[in-house]
Amino acid sequence: MKENLNSTDPLLKISNLSVGFKSLEGFLLPVLRNIDLEVWRGESVGLVGESGSGKSTLALAAMGYLKGGLKVIEGHCTFSGQEMFSLSPKKLERIRGGKIALIPQNSGQSLTPTHKIGEQLSEALMLHSRLSECDHKERIVELLEQVRLPDPTEIINRYPHELSGGQQQRVAIAMALAGEPEALLLDEPTTGLDVTTQAHILELLRDIASEMGMAMVYVSHDLGAIARVCDRIAVMYAGEIILQGSARQVLLTPSHPYAQSLIASIPRLKNASLPIALDGRPPAPGSTGNGCAFVDRCYMVENHCKTSRPLLQKTQDDELVRCHYHDKMIKLPVNRQIDAIPRDVNKDKQLLSLSNLSISYTQTRTIDKLLKRPNTIARTVDGITISLAKGETLSLVGESGSGKSTILKAIAGLLSPEDGNISIIGDGNLPVNVDKRMPDQLRRIQLIFQNPDESLNPRQTIAEILAQPLSLYFGLRGEELRDRSVELLDEVRLGAHYMGRFPNQLSGGEKQRIAIARAFAAKPDLVLCDEITSALDVSVQAAVLGLLDDLRRKQGTAYIFVSHDLAVVRALSDRVAVLYQGRLCEIGPVASVYDRPAHPYTKVLLEAVLEPDPDTVPTLTAADIVELSPPAKGCPFQRRCPQKIGEICDTKTPPWQQDGAGHASRCHITRYV
Amino acid sequence: MVIVEKKHSNSMRLISLLIDITSRPSGVIGLSLVTFHVLMAIFGTQLTPYDYKEVNANLMLQGPSTAHWFGTDHLGRDTFSRTLLGGREAILITGIATPIAVMWGGFVGMFFGLVGGRLDEVLMRVVDAFLSLPWILKMLVLIVTFGTGIGVLIPTLAFFYGIPVIRVSRAATHDIVARDFVQAARARGHSRITIMRLELFPNVRDALLVEGAMRWSWMLLAFSSLSFLGFGVSPPTPDWGLMIADARGFMSFAPSGVIAPVLGLSSLIIGINLTADALAKALGIDRAQKAPV
Repeated sequence: MKENLNSTDPLLKISNLSVGFKSLEGFLLPVLRNIDLEVWRGESVGLVGESGSGKSTLALAAMGYLKGGLKVIEGHCTFSGQEMFSLSPKKLERIRGGKIALIPQNSGQSLTPTHKIGEQLSEALMLHSRLSECDHKERIVELLEQVRLPDPTEIINRYPHELSGGQQQRVAIAMALAGEPEALLLDEPTTGLDVTTQAHILELLRDIASEMGMAMVYVSHDLGAIARVCDRIAVMYAGEIILQGSARQVLLTPSHPYAQSLIASIPRLKNASLPIALDGRPPAPGSTGNGCAFVDRCYMVENHCKTSRPLLQKTQDDELVRCHYHDKMIKLPVNRQIDAIPRDVNKDKQLLSLSNLSISYTQTRTIDKLLKRPNTIARTVDGITISLAKGETLSLVGESGSGKSTILKAIAGLLSPEDGNISIIGDGNLPVNVDKRMPDQLRRIQLIFQNPDESLNPRQTIAEILAQPLSLYFGLRGEELRDRSVELLDEVRLGAHYMGRFPNQLSGGEKQRIAIARAFAAKPDLVLCDEITSALDVSVQAAVLGLLDDLRRKQGTAYIFVSHDLAVVRALSDRVAVLYQGRLCEIGPVASVYDRPAHPYTKVLLEAVLEPDPDTVPTLTAADIVELSPPAKGCPFQRRCPQKIGEICDTKTPPWQQDGAGHASRCHITRYV
Repeated sequence: MVIVEKKHSNSMRLISLLIDITSRPSGVIGLSLVTFHVLMAIFGTQLTPYDYKEVNANLMLQGPSTAHWFGTDHLGRDTFSRTLLGGREAILITGIATPIAVMWGGFVGMFFGLVGGRLDEVLMRVVDAFLSLPWILKMLVLIVTFGTGIGVLIPTLAFFYGIPVIRVSRAATHDIVARDFVQAARARGHSRITIMRLELFPNVRDALLVEGAMRWSWMLLAFSSLSFLGFGVSPPTPDWGLMIADARGFMSFAPSGVIAPVLGLSSLIIGINLTADALAKALGIDRAQKAPV
């Protein structure tokens, strides 16, 4: 990958670049501060940092583009010798998309929905290549083959919505390659994709980069993805590059306290304990003062840090670091994690049980109803039988479309199942619809949503948000209501001064804590968590996970935790259930399932997980296809299974196989011989 | 303490909204036109140069002069004074009917949007049927049956002008209902009324405000049309619609008698529309201006 490094000048050179915007009061607030970055041909550089650290702004600035309102304060950005900010729009247009191509985060949205894939690629070729129009088709097929899309001649005639998320991302990559670029900018290209799809796309990017000798700038908050594709990593914080070095150095022995804390806050697949949270939040633009930007959150801060801004210094390992005390920094192993403290789950006391729960999204057609024909379409979720003990945490994992959120909604009563029962101890079978449930039944089950921006009403103050469950379930008013609200805020480690604020005045992590406080206001027995950390930064995620763990220890609450992140699941759960296409594949104690996965699908999932460690290599065994509906009979995983044994998988539903310790899987392959 | 903080932030929001409106040219012009007409309607009788009902047989149908800026009408009354006061009844009646229309239309629309399903579909077709009828026809039916006067006009206008509000309110509600905070409230088991009051209304309010301003201008036009046809106010009350109807026979030799009330009516309607426009932009409902190009 590094054979082209001998050219004398870097392809992309950013020197002392500062970019800022004018505030309402007329001050110039910097978003990027004194950035120095060089990218050579054939090299891939990762830009990492939390949201708001300026990483996307920097990547776009490398294309000579600044978002509305931003302007260059000082510095230069040159691409193969040309100063990008002084080029004419016409010349810039030729470079962008041609010499530098951008692959955006959500390709489904960047493809025009009303044009066929072939037409869109042809447009890219028209703009950025000299090919005559009659040669386009041949080149398009070639490009689609290069991104390993099956059946390219077929794909040309499809519309974007007819492709899966992973396929759309591949088309976007093909489009970027159309102009034979020298540099690729990737802005979170795999965020929002399933684990297995993500792993496939990253392998593709690695191969393309080394085949074509391109330079890649890879922007992501996901250190696992970065570890897989990048040679060099630049860590950004509050608009500055605070650490730059080889991927191995940065990930394994980071010499900046922020990078170290960030890496420590990532939960690991091989570690069953909670990651260490990084408290606080990054400073707002313009509020950093004279000192180091990280001063408020640093664990080794000294007085000197508050008054003098550290310069980029070279360490003996050839890293660039912006810290006064980097040489003093004890290179602790990154995996310093909190030891798992055992909790006692009373296995005998059952709290909730789902029996044979089935949910269908497809409606029976009127004609079928009239003729009384049976519904032949396979149900979206089928035959879910799970029980949950008091105080236990059960995780549901699976790719998108596996029905995990659907099951949560059914438990909460927001979706009516077609068949089966939901029963909770003390109340027996719950009515399926939320309108028919008694207030106390509702109180016992609370739901927390994925995105706090959506789940908190933007027009209510925090006090009003918390008052809702308190006055509904407990009839609290006035002084009592206020005291209890403050108590709840304290429990989620926020103070009384948050009461009068609106959600948009809070950071993402604070908002999610309010959502958690609102759920716990009901004193629930069971809290349903729907991907509640996936919209948060890793450091904030670690804090939220810590909070959830704390609350269940104090209050003995049981959780059903839905996540696509297997490492997060391992950190928090007692038991895990693996779902594919709305059917249970495997269920059991978390350690047993992770260490000895029995179902081929569980293996596929675990092997595709990326870790922030350059030495972990994902194994990709199953084909990267997305199924839209489950098969009518047989094993749900039959079409992708790498270990398929034969016809029996297509025709017979596999039996449950138990190991005696609660670890069960559903596969025709015999587990215990 | 909590309540104080909340009030504080609400009044802050109102002030910043006003500042935003008045920072736009459309807002300044619109708001001053509306304020002028409302002040005239309230204090006009003390401010006009002549009494609006003072008849003078010697001064019939005169053209504009320094004494009578817009001339006089067929009874010798000062047209300028009558024009200044011509909005009183219209503003009073529509000023009461508009909030009623927005409230009931908004409530019903929110309810339809929240309940959804088949009931919503069926009732919306009824709404469509109502909207497809010419407005003047259905209004005349009621007025002819029950007679004119404030007691009939206000409920009639409020009823018919609430129907288009249902559409707007339902559409705005549909966007909100799908969001997680409404789902969360449903999962907690709040009643529909609580969900509408606490979760939906604060988010639909802005759209309803702008819609209300637009409905007001339509209602003014409707009221003036009714009084032009003789179903509005009765003489000698000054009213733009009635003045136009009275003066149109003499239009060829005393055009100022028609022009003056037309100017009065259109300046108020233009004022309301400009204010609504500025309000929509200030509230962020009309995002056309903010869209990046």
